[in-house]
Amino acid sequence: MLEAVLLGFLFSLFLVFAGSYFRGRLAVLSSLIPLSLFIYFSTFISEIADGKVIYENHEWIPSFGVNLSFTLDGLALLFALMITGVGTLVFVYTSAYLKDHKYLDRFYGYLSLFMAAMLGLVLSDNLMTMFIFWELTSISSFYLIGFNNDKEDSRKSALIALGVTGIGGLMLLGGAVLLGDVAGTYRISEMLSSREAIADSSHYVLILFFIFSAAFTKSAQFPFHFWLPGAMKAPTPVSTYLHSATMVKAGVYLLFRMSPVLNGAEIWHTVLIVVGGVTMIYSAIHIIFRTDLKGILAYSTISALGILVFLIGIGTQAALIAAAVFIVVHALYKASLFLITGIIDHETGTRDVTQLAGLRKVLLPVAIAGFIAALISGGVPPTLGFVGKDLIYESTLHFKDNAILLTIIALSTNVLLFYAGFVAGVKPFIGKLPKKFEKVHLPSPLMWVPPLIMTCAGLVFGLFPGLIETAIAKPIAMTQALQFEDFHLKLWHGFNTILALSATTLILGTVLYFVLKPKHSLENTIAKLDVIAPKTLLLNLSEGFAVFSKYWTNIFQTGYLRHYLFIIVSFLILLLGYLIFSDFSLKIDTSSLADLTIYEISILIMLLLGVLYTVFTKSRLAAVASLGVVGLSFSLLFLFYSAPDLAMTQFSVDTLTVILFVLVLYRLPKYLNLSDSRLRIKHGILSVSFGVLITLLILKVLGETKNTEVTEFYAENAYKLAKGKNIVNVILVDFRGIDTMIEISVLIVAALGVFGLLKLRLKTKDKK
Amino acid sequence: MEILLAIITGVLYASGIYMIMRRSMVKLILGIILLGNGVNLLIFVLGRITKGEPPIIDSAEKVLEGVYADPIPQALILTAIVISFGLQAFAIILMKRTFKVLKTDDLDQLNTTDEDS
Amino acid sequence: MRTLILKSASSYLIPVLLIFSVFILLRGHYLPGGGFVGGLVAAIAFVLDAFSNGLEKTKTILKIHPGFLMPLGLLVAFLSGISPMVFSDLPFMTGIWAENPIPVIGAIGSALFFDLGVYLVVIGAALTIIFTISESA
Repeated sequence: MLEAVLLGFLFSLFLVFAGSYFRGRLAVLSSLIPLSLFIYFSTFISEIADGKVIYENHEWIPSFGVNLSFTLDGLALLFALMITGVGTLVFVYTSAYLKDHKYLDRFYGYLSLFMAAMLGLVLSDNLMTMFIFWELTSISSFYLIGFNNDKEDSRKSALIALGVTGIGGLMLLGGAVLLGDVAGTYRISEMLSSREAIADSSHYVLILFFIFSAAFTKSAQFPFHFWLPGAMKAPTPVSTYLHSATMVKAGVYLLFRMSPVLNGAEIWHTVLIVVGGVTMIYSAIHIIFRTDLKGILAYSTISALGILVFLIGIGTQAALIAAAVFIVVHALYKASLFLITGIIDHETGTRDVTQLAGLRKVLLPVAIAGFIAALISGGVPPTLGFVGKDLIYESTLHFKDNAILLTIIALSTNVLLFYAGFVAGVKPFIGKLPKKFEKVHLPSPLMWVPPLIMTCAGLVFGLFPGLIETAIAKPIAMTQALQFEDFHLKLWHGFNTILALSATTLILGTVLYFVLKPKHSLENTIAKLDVIAPKTLLLNLSEGFAVFSKYWTNIFQTGYLRHYLFIIVSFLILLLGYLIFSDFSLKIDTSSLADLTIYEISILIMLLLGVLYTVFTKSRLAAVASLGVVGLSFSLLFLFYSAPDLAMTQFSVDTLTVILFVLVLYRLPKYLNLSDSRLRIKHGILSVSFGVLITLLILKVLGETKNTEVTEFYAENAYKLAKGKNIVNVILVDFRGIDTMIEISVLIVAALGVFGLLKLRLKTKDKK
Repeated sequence: MEILLAIITGVLYASGIYMIMRRSMVKLILGIILLGNGVNLLIFVLGRITKGEPPIIDSAEKVLEGVYADPIPQALILTAIVISFGLQAFAIILMKRTFKVLKTDDLDQLNTTDEDS
Repeated sequence: MRTLILKSASSYLIPVLLIFSVFILLRGHYLPGGGFVGGLVAAIAFVLDAFSNGLEKTKTILKIHPGFLMPLGLLVAFLSGISPMVFSDLPFMTGIWAENPIPVIGAIGSALFFDLGVYLVVIGAALTIIFTISESA
């Protein structure tokens, strides 16, 4: 399975070098990648249907428990097939849709990157690797949404989408870390056994918060739904692939995957039902106000995602199976509708549903596909949509409380989705063909065959629901259910409440379709409410944040060295001061002062005077000279206190430094008193208090006993191991020889820097 | 003795920081040198002070025994002295070039990256 | 700064300083000294020469630009580091020694060559800095 995941990454990498070959006619060949993956995953169908689960593990960072472990069970297989299957059709479609586009190869690169990331996400058994793939899907979708990067709109939408889903990704990381901490493993399959421990843990609510935030942002649940309609700025293949069939379902997948681990408490169900319910009805109502085909589809997608979250929230076996079947149904019809919209847009140049009509006369195969897609979407028998809708009603009707309310919400959503499907799939094709569209002609089959294939699949699966049942529904139920009950998917259940509900949906939907016509005036009405939309609120928030951070930065990033230093030193003083005074016990050993010699005292006085004179003199030359005195005092000091090597080195360096200063000094500006006295006093107080703290710190450290282990090692072994008697030198050239080597390299760099600064002259034309 | 050295170290730190906070570039470099000396002394004092017992093995002996100065801070400071020479040279030349090009040694006038201002 | 006193003094001082620097380098393993100090002393010798006799003359004495001493020194230090890998199959920077010690210098080992490398780098770096500055000053 690792190979399958890597294939997409490798292909996108390959396109970086060989992209130019895939820009022209060969572009369609790139669809062989998803196709081969689709075939590869299809070979597992029978095995998985038998209830087997395939594990694969590759060690990556075993010390952190982060490994590339993959699981192929019913749920993963469903998503893998959907990703590769829809992927194949989208790849084919793109080759015609973006024909001769300058950056077609780039587009394929992003697409296959996305596909690989998505495959990795659904196959991962390890939460950490899942997080990585999750973020990769966000990143690749950022590039895809912003593919038309010369348009400001696209760039903005891409940023919003990345922001929202990126925050969700971080939430997933948080949830993963907490879960890993509570369960002691990052492997989801192993977490199942600590289900109770997780539900009882004090972090349970926090874990739910993190996982929900991740899922809701990715799957565009209210109030994070707004990035999805914006993301429709992307080319249609992207909307089809990412924003209806696969990526937005990643959140649903996460909930599905974690449901057996986390659904132990009531809060899991309540939150999901409420959020899913609000999302599905809220965005379904939005559909009425839209005239852009893609806008309609975007909102109906959000609504469908809401249904899925809602069903997972209900969490009974029937509801979970309904969700699984609905995922398939939705992928089939929504992807087809998107592709059809793309064709209409491509051929007529508009997506305004009020203008489109009668296109069946020029785009007959597309019209057929659209019609079937609308039937599936509306849940008209004998399509798979009907099966899906039945299952939804079955699960809401049998829920333990509020069954009526839930059913009503589901019913109204379904009616509106029926309407959406017909507006998008049927309306553009019926009626009288306007004159301006008479010259429209059928595009290459590469574009209209894919939607036709998908809609036909929806028909076939509807006629033979057993196919879905054995291959998908049952294996998924097995991954979820604690106790598995046998069930059968059927078209015909006999006369009962569910059938009545389905019929009501169809009738109401049809009525709505004929009564309600998409109008621009409606769209303008809703636009007035944008002020309180979550999107506006969030954008205002981010703007406020930008203002705040600018303000904050202006305080701390002034560009004046002394401000930076002031802040750093004040902070250090506070920190050090707190540490020293919170445990203040100074043991000062004054006995050593007794045997001070006159030499030592005079050296110290010389040193002190040198330092003070350097600071306070007004002449540059005097400052440099007194700095030389400081250096010489240092070398005497080292000589007194048993460091002859240091004394010699300090003496030579001091000589060279003074020479250096003298050489440069004539070229330097005169000393100026630039700061006023108030500032000088302020800095003086700060510096002195810092100096006092350092002194106190030293005295405190001197009061502790010294660890001499390392020193003793060197004293013991300098001659035995390194045949040297000057231990300082032995340390430098032998024990720590590599350090010394790096140090002389640094010296070389400094010398080269000086050489470069002085010898390299810019040519006059480079200066400008 | 250590007390006096600790006080001297504090003085070096204080004067180094004070000089770095001045606006003149020459003072900045003097400040860096003073601060560097202060750090050297800090390391030296923390290694404890020993008078007249350098860490050198007697020609007749094979192992260093008895009272001796700690060689580790000395090794550290030795390289620090040489490296700080390189640093000082580089800083001085950088300052010289800056002065030549921009005709100012006021650090406050260098806080913009725009070439024309 | 070309005074007669400095000039005549330097003609004696410089050879002495150079020999002294080598002496410091060689005894470094046993007594105070070593590559860093030795290199600095040698650099001071050349700087003194440059002050008394002029930079051009010093450069002709040196024959090559002091900058070339830096990579040379680094190479010597590096080769001494890998010599145990070549000769004795020991890890990088392990000290190895010749069998018989030589009078005055003592045992010859890879550490001495490492110190020689340090010596060369320090001379090269210090002289490059000082010469470059005095040329452009």
